[in-house]
Amino acid sequence: MGKTITIDPITRLEGHGKIDIFLNDDGNVERAFLSVPELRGFEKFAEGRPAEEMPQITSRICGVCPGAHHMASTKALDSLYGADPPPAARAIREIYYNLHFFEDHVLHFYILAGPDFIVGPDAPKESRNILGVVDKLGVETGKKVIDIRKKARALISEIAGKTIHPVLGLPGGVAKTLTEETRKDLKKFSLEAIEFAQFTLKAFNDIVLNNRKYLDLIESDIYYHESYYMGMVDEKNLVNFYDGDISVINPSGEEIERFRPSDYLDIIAEHVESWSYIKYPYLRKIGWKGFIEGPDSGIYRVAPLARLNVAKGMATPLANEEYGSMYNRLGGKPVHNTLAIHWARLIEILNSAERISALSENPHITSPEIRNMNFNTPSEGIGIVEAPRGTLIHHYKTDQKGIITGCNLIVASLGNSAAMCISIEKAAKKLINSGKVNEGVLNMVEMAFRAYDPCLGCATHSMPGKMPLKIYIRDRKGKEITTLSQNLTESGYT
Amino acid sequence: MTKPKIAISWNSSCGGCDESIVDIEDKILDIAAKVEFVLWPCAMDFKYDHVRALPDGDITVSLINGGIQNSHQEEIARLIRKKSKTVVAFGACAWLGGVPSLINLKNKEELFKSSYLESISVENPRKTLPAIKSKVDNCTLTLPEIYDTLYKLDDIIGVDYYLPGCPPTADLITDLFLKLIEGGLPEKGAVLAPARSLCISCPRNETKPDNFEIDEIKRIHEIIADPEKCFLVQNLLCMGPSTRDGCGCSCIKGNMPCTGCFGPADKSDQGAKMIGTLGSILKGSTESEADRVIDGIADPAGTFYRYSTAASMLGRKRKEDR
Repeated sequence: MGKTITIDPITRLEGHGKIDIFLNDDGNVERAFLSVPELRGFEKFAEGRPAEEMPQITSRICGVCPGAHHMASTKALDSLYGADPPPAARAIREIYYNLHFFEDHVLHFYILAGPDFIVGPDAPKESRNILGVVDKLGVETGKKVIDIRKKARALISEIAGKTIHPVLGLPGGVAKTLTEETRKDLKKFSLEAIEFAQFTLKAFNDIVLNNRKYLDLIESDIYYHESYYMGMVDEKNLVNFYDGDISVINPSGEEIERFRPSDYLDIIAEHVESWSYIKYPYLRKIGWKGFIEGPDSGIYRVAPLARLNVAKGMATPLANEEYGSMYNRLGGKPVHNTLAIHWARLIEILNSAERISALSENPHITSPEIRNMNFNTPSEGIGIVEAPRGTLIHHYKTDQKGIITGCNLIVASLGNSAAMCISIEKAAKKLINSGKVNEGVLNMVEMAFRAYDPCLGCATHSMPGKMPLKIYIRDRKGKEITTLSQNLTESGYT
Repeated sequence: MTKPKIAISWNSSCGGCDESIVDIEDKILDIAAKVEFVLWPCAMDFKYDHVRALPDGDITVSLINGGIQNSHQEEIARLIRKKSKTVVAFGACAWLGGVPSLINLKNKEELFKSSYLESISVENPRKTLPAIKSKVDNCTLTLPEIYDTLYKLDDIIGVDYYLPGCPPTADLITDLFLKLIEGGLPEKGAVLAPARSLCISCPRNETKPDNFEIDEIKRIHEIIADPEKCFLVQNLLCMGPSTRDGCGCSCIKGNMPCTGCFGPADKSDQGAKMIGTLGSILKGSTESEADRVIDGIADPAGTFYRYSTAASMLGRKRKEDR
């Protein structure tokens, strides 16, 4: 075995990761691995917590997509308590969720991934970032990006308290009504947001699609791999982020599964490797066959391109037109080009802006009826949403008082964890020959994971067992002073 | 004048602190023009080797978020400390351990077992566990060691300032950057937010009587909270009295009680202080009556130490309880 190249840390993503590339004696890539050096244990320490606190606790899995965990958790609480939210609460949640999608996708395009295209994949590392993007597109564009995100996040804060780590969700409802004034602000914002999304799509067209070099890159086999896809669809088979069935298609585009949240364990299983703290989900019926692509491997992909691949189209008119253009240009469905995830993400930005516009006209949205408190005795609840980074599943078991006894999370970025390994290994093998490697080439290897917009913090949240909550209070030498259990009176504090 | 060099790094954290830096919005371009970033994995492409190559003490200020939960995080935190003149524990996790430090109420073995062996979605017939060293196709791969305890940053390296919040607000971050550039940072060791209780700036404070008693504690989903009234008066547990001011009361404006992310207002133990506050307002003349009221607190540890388990008098779960 020859040299080993390590990229540490991989950058412009959320969370920790490193890539090890092993070269053989000829300087060609033997193997490449994307490993995640972190494990935090959210599922484990969820035990003992009251279920209603989970939307706020699990949002701390990820500060980039806190809205996604918050919403999956809130829907799991609806299911746990058997309480569907009233129409106003549902509309408020959905408008909030589309705001979150909008600002999160915008962040990814301009700040995390955009530098690779706008500044250039092999530009010097000092300029390959948002500051380089602003240099290239002009300060006015930079200000436009900052301005639209600022407005989106101010509205999120108005609706959900905090932007990062919201406090909106309760079982069967939301915490706060939406005022007529906010509704008008949302409408006004949505029109600007639609315009901004179109501006961004145009920039993508001008800078990326009209540049032969970039288009070749998108279409090249460096960033191509065939897989299954998973995503949520509404009753008309159109993309939906908040609610619906989950559809799975095979690499030829045929639907092979369609399931409700409660059946997720029949569809998805997770595999463990010794060299990463991350787990690798796969389609249970096809099975784990290793890190290989194609129809024989149970590895599936999630996130924007997967959602568009499984659906028949977008639920909003302008986004649906863009949907048509993308598939026309890339030769029909499904698209397997990993870098096309960026394009799909921009179409979703437009979709979310249009959804905000439509929801702001929902006649229920300003109703004071925001809570359904007709609760069943809790025991188990499952909630699924599409997070910006893919299908996100929260599954809780509780005692009769609603205290968590078991928690299982299949997090969006995990859905792509195996696919990302294949993508980076494939890119490394194609890009590195005879030991010739430089910083630009290594960044192009990183582009293979960056398209997925992974959130490795999410992916290492990590699970259930059973233990009564009991805390020992010790002195400095470790001697036990007292015990704190569910009953505070034992603590001697009173 | 040379620009101040800034490093931003993360440990056992969620990225919210990094995102909050992006959220200083209009000001970020001005600030970015006045400083030189040398590390910011979330947004920039500098690798750790770039930091290793810098002379010791070369970085003006490093903003480190997240507690320390594994050997890799410890190594990077020590590296950054060595290369930096000043280190700021940025956010609740770096200062007090944050939400992830609730893991200290469990043990690592339980965590591994439940995550990789017993999880309802895992298929692991060979009982594979992640290992510090493994060999695949002749390639040797390494992983850091996960610690049994999550440590707050100053348990591992020296820290000069603490910026509270989960995450810190854009205003506090902007203020910190301006002081870094223009000078005016307080004495070392300071917590960079007002040293007073959140109640002082709470818009609902006027509805809190000087003296009141509550005869039960409700859970947040059990009632429809009045959007104007003090949560404690409504029988809901609000951590405001024992929590530091400076967040702008954003949760309270969202009609949800404070959960304590800004940490203690002074050097006290946040949970103990809250328990003291409750002691003065809970009605209960007999022990059994007091027990009944206190039983309403469904999760004492997760309520009083949601963001500060690593810094609390609770310590951690006893290791012999494995």
